[in-house]
Amino acid sequence: MSIKIDRENCTGCGSCINSCLYGGITLFDGKAKLIPEKCILCGACVEACPVGAIIIKDEKKEKKIDISQYKGVWIIGEHYNNKIKNYVYQLLGKGRELADKLKVELTLILLGSELDENLEELGMYGADRVIYVKSPLLRNYYSEIYVNVITDLIIEYKPEIVLVGATPIGRDFAPRISKRLQTGLTADCTGLDIDQETRNLLLQTRPTFGGNIMATIRTPNSRPQMSTIRPGMFKVPKKMDKKPKIKIIEGKFKESDISTNIVKIIKRGKKRINLEEAQIVVAGGRGIGSKENFKIIKDLAKELNAEVAGSRVAVELGWIDPERQVGQTGKTISPRLYIACGISGAIQHKVGILCSDIIVAINKDPNAPIFEIAHYGIVGDLHKVVPAITREIRRLKEEEKVRKY
Amino acid sequence: MKIFVCIKQVPAISEVKIDRKTGTLVREGVPGMINPMDKNALELALSIKENTGADVIALSMGPPQAEEILRESLAMGIDKAYLLTDRAFGGADTLATSYTLSLAIKKILKETEESKNYLVVCGAQAIDGDTAQVGPELAEELNIPQITNVRYVELSENKIIAESIFQSDEIAVIECKLPVLITVLKELNVPRFPTISGIVDAFDYKEVVHWNAKDLDADIQKIGLEGSRTQVYKIFIPPQKNEYIKLSGTIEDVAKDLCQKLKEDKIL
Repeated sequence: MSIKIDRENCTGCGSCINSCLYGGITLFDGKAKLIPEKCILCGACVEACPVGAIIIKDEKKEKKIDISQYKGVWIIGEHYNNKIKNYVYQLLGKGRELADKLKVELTLILLGSELDENLEELGMYGADRVIYVKSPLLRNYYSEIYVNVITDLIIEYKPEIVLVGATPIGRDFAPRISKRLQTGLTADCTGLDIDQETRNLLLQTRPTFGGNIMATIRTPNSRPQMSTIRPGMFKVPKKMDKKPKIKIIEGKFKESDISTNIVKIIKRGKKRINLEEAQIVVAGGRGIGSKENFKIIKDLAKELNAEVAGSRVAVELGWIDPERQVGQTGKTISPRLYIACGISGAIQHKVGILCSDIIVAINKDPNAPIFEIAHYGIVGDLHKVVPAITREIRRLKEEEKVRKY
Repeated sequence: MKIFVCIKQVPAISEVKIDRKTGTLVREGVPGMINPMDKNALELALSIKENTGADVIALSMGPPQAEEILRESLAMGIDKAYLLTDRAFGGADTLATSYTLSLAIKKILKETEESKNYLVVCGAQAIDGDTAQVGPELAEELNIPQITNVRYVELSENKIIAESIFQSDEIAVIECKLPVLITVLKELNVPRFPTISGIVDAFDYKEVVHWNAKDLDADIQKIGLEGSRTQVYKIFIPPQKNEYIKLSGTIEDVAKDLCQKLKEDKIL
């Protein structure tokens, strides 16, 4: 592909310069000029030009693979000691939606050792078919087995879309599979849809440049279209009345065939905090001011029976445990209520809480970006507002008690 | 023994600022630096070198200015540095990037007649792209095993023992014979600073070798934009939504209003 600027037509208005996020175009001698070192050929300037003086040329030859042979949406499941992870159900919901738009089947692939009893209920979350590869070795995760087995299945069944959780495991095997199949893989997506225009291309949206900008990525010329998806981005779907087709494949792997050997597994003796499944989360950011001040957050959380969380800044300043970090580098959560206290709301934080039912923002800066996604906003001093809310909830509880009495 | 460390130049700030008025990136005064986890990869290679005398090689694919980070790695004590730079490499996704890196590693292995006795170390992910894909894809291209998310490494004879984190409350201890590729986490070590003599060496005595597509005998179909399977379709700033209900008045009023609203929403 290449970008051409028609100097005859260019009026030197500069619209293209403002549209370019990469600084890839400049004015020279009163006309637009491309800076090839910076241009990524995204085409933003082509759309921005009011006189049509910028043209993008696609010189790429069509790839030889026959895309029409590929049908169906696949989700690669993950389990922890044979318990299917919660995000797999979320992905089934999204996968169902995509499969319906494409009018194709939704298949879940599982590799495990004792998952037989779970297979039936996966239909209720939307799977038309479950392919279960079974072996005692698959109680644990082996990179090589996952890559070999899933690649072979993809070659055999030819799905058009393969979705994988953006977990340490998913991000370990998915890139190798995409490389072996010479197809595109988009990392850590936060949104998925089908392109209205082409009717078959997967639109994969993810934060980029550290998160301030969103990019939508497509894989037009190769199949399957693969993405890893950040857990917590979609809701677990409502159960439906559906029985999946089940195919069980007995895996005949030997430990001696694998080049990486698990010597042992050490438990990290930490109490697990389950922010992902909390109903109410109260979080504090830079505005809290000190570790001691986090007490007002904890008090409110206690009154609401909620979990306490923090922004990246609060974690970096040592005010709160890293396991309680919410946002792109921390947890992605979907509580019924999220109360953000003194959190400005950088996009990295916002992507972690977008799925919350109700977001309350308390911040002294009325221009804080957190208000952009809040349902209720309070502009004020959190050190006064938060304790007042705690008192009010306490008062309401007392009232309730009296009424019952 | 050879240790290859793959490094990337990233912007020296964790988030790029946007001018909301014009919708463009604020790029002025944003210097480049070695991706933080790649520094941990360099440190690991250097500490293995101290114990075994291994030959440590740093590689980076990027524009000519990425030479800076290779100079810095030489100043830290790396033996040789290679910059893979060519206009034809531009616009590469992870598939094309890993192919290009693999060509350089294969070329060095061939020239030095080393075939099995090597280790490749990458940072687990870069702070700008955040994909964590180049490492595993490079391992696949080299046809060697991988261990990702490594927080501790021991090397003995021709095998490594690595602690990898796949579950938040578990550490898997994994053993693997060389050659192998590992991707490392920040908690692995504390990267050293370049010494004064290291800096002098890096600028006066050591060189950064530049290789272009031709030097690597690269298949044009597999590099840069041409070799990329993913395509940036659209880049946008997340839309601002400004429809929140503003609660105001005295502190007590605000607290009461909020609780009332949350009751109506059936949360309280």
